[in-house]
Amino acid sequence: MADTMQFDLVSPERKLASVAVTAVRIPGAVGDLTAMPGHAPTITTLRPGIVAAEAADGESRYVVTGGFAEIGAEGVSVLAERGVAVDALTQELYSDMLAEARKAAEGATTETAALLEQTVADMEALAGETGLSAS
Amino acid sequence: MPSLKDLKNRINSVKSTRKITKAMQMVAAAKLRRAQEAAENARPYAERMEAVINALGTSLKESDTAPRLLTGTGAEQTHLLVVMTAERGLCGGFNSSIVKIARYRAEKLKGEGKTVKIITVGKKGREQLRRDLGDHLIGHVDLSDVKRVSYANAREIADDVLARFAAEEFDVATIFYNRFESVISQVPTPQQIIPAPVDEDAAPDALYDYEPSDKAVLEDLLPRSVATQIFAALLENAASEQGARMSAMDNATRNAGDMIDRLTIEYNRSRQAAITKELIEIISGAEAL
Repeated sequence: MADTMQFDLVSPERKLASVAVTAVRIPGAVGDLTAMPGHAPTITTLRPGIVAAEAADGESRYVVTGGFAEIGAEGVSVLAERGVAVDALTQELYSDMLAEARKAAEGATTETAALLEQTVADMEALAGETGLSAS
Repeated sequence: MPSLKDLKNRINSVKSTRKITKAMQMVAAAKLRRAQEAAENARPYAERMEAVINALGTSLKESDTAPRLLTGTGAEQTHLLVVMTAERGLCGGFNSSIVKIARYRAEKLKGEGKTVKIITVGKKGREQLRRDLGDHLIGHVDLSDVKRVSYANAREIADDVLARFAAEEFDVATIFYNRFESVISQVPTPQQIIPAPVDEDAAPDALYDYEPSDKAVLEDLLPRSVATQIFAALLENAASEQGARMSAMDNATRNAGDMIDRLTIEYNRSRQAAITKELIEIISGAEAL
């Protein structure tokens, strides 16, 4: 079995990353999962969180908001609505994203409220992981 | 017969027009390259999205619980047309060709007794449609402040359309935009976005596990797919607009050049005629003595 697989991180506007990796940690909607080469074909939706790709020369981490991930034996494609490298995430950008999520939650109907509130909670949890403030 | 001074003025004014159209052509060429790049960059996302939707749509289409974005409302009575045009003119037939197919579609649907609602994106389409289909316009999206269309713009339009769908304002939604084929050819294209079209032949064979479930994934993806398709259309439109403007301005520059040549010949002729006339006057004056 191959040691590495192809990892693509794509946003609607452009391709953010395309590298060979050994493992990818993905914040799936029902829980985090790690994909390694030879993983069974899976498609999962994402919750806001951090996608971490482990390559031979170190780990690269990206903050993503919703989207989905397509996992196959040969590679992983993450299609994120918004994706930013963790190092490039500024407080300003994060506050923007958080405000957007909160606004969406306020306008929610009863059906979607739980989901959107979960999104806000996930976004707030992100603050702790990236060392930014959620207020 | 215009005087020499008139002709000279005329030539100068056409010359400055030519400078302007030449500059506009070059600006459009630079913008076109950027717009094409943006369209190119957006393609992988849209393609993956489409592949997954095709796979899921094919397998779930028959189930009773399939999302309404996929199966539709069961009726085809009310049609929503999203007409995407440019914010600015001076780009040849770009705007009118979209408006033309949109108008044709609207008339056809009306003829069949269906209800037509129209949302316009871009000022030019709204101006042209307001005249005869003004009663059908239900919304307008202004992008005149937007220098480069971003996904957020597409998202806003999509949210509006989805909210209207949820409120059962229409059954079928179609977007109209110009597909960019080359600098000289832009094809006005209607594309149905709701209910989501599913190409069963394109469905991949690979069997995927879906988390949380295939239905949940599809429900999450369909609204995103609407936004993605609108975004792709906006980008194609932006590239087409610049392409159309570029060739329109190229034509204008060439026409101005031809006009200058013609006027210059006329100018030289009348100058020569004036000289000849003066000479004849001098000679006949001398002979009379």
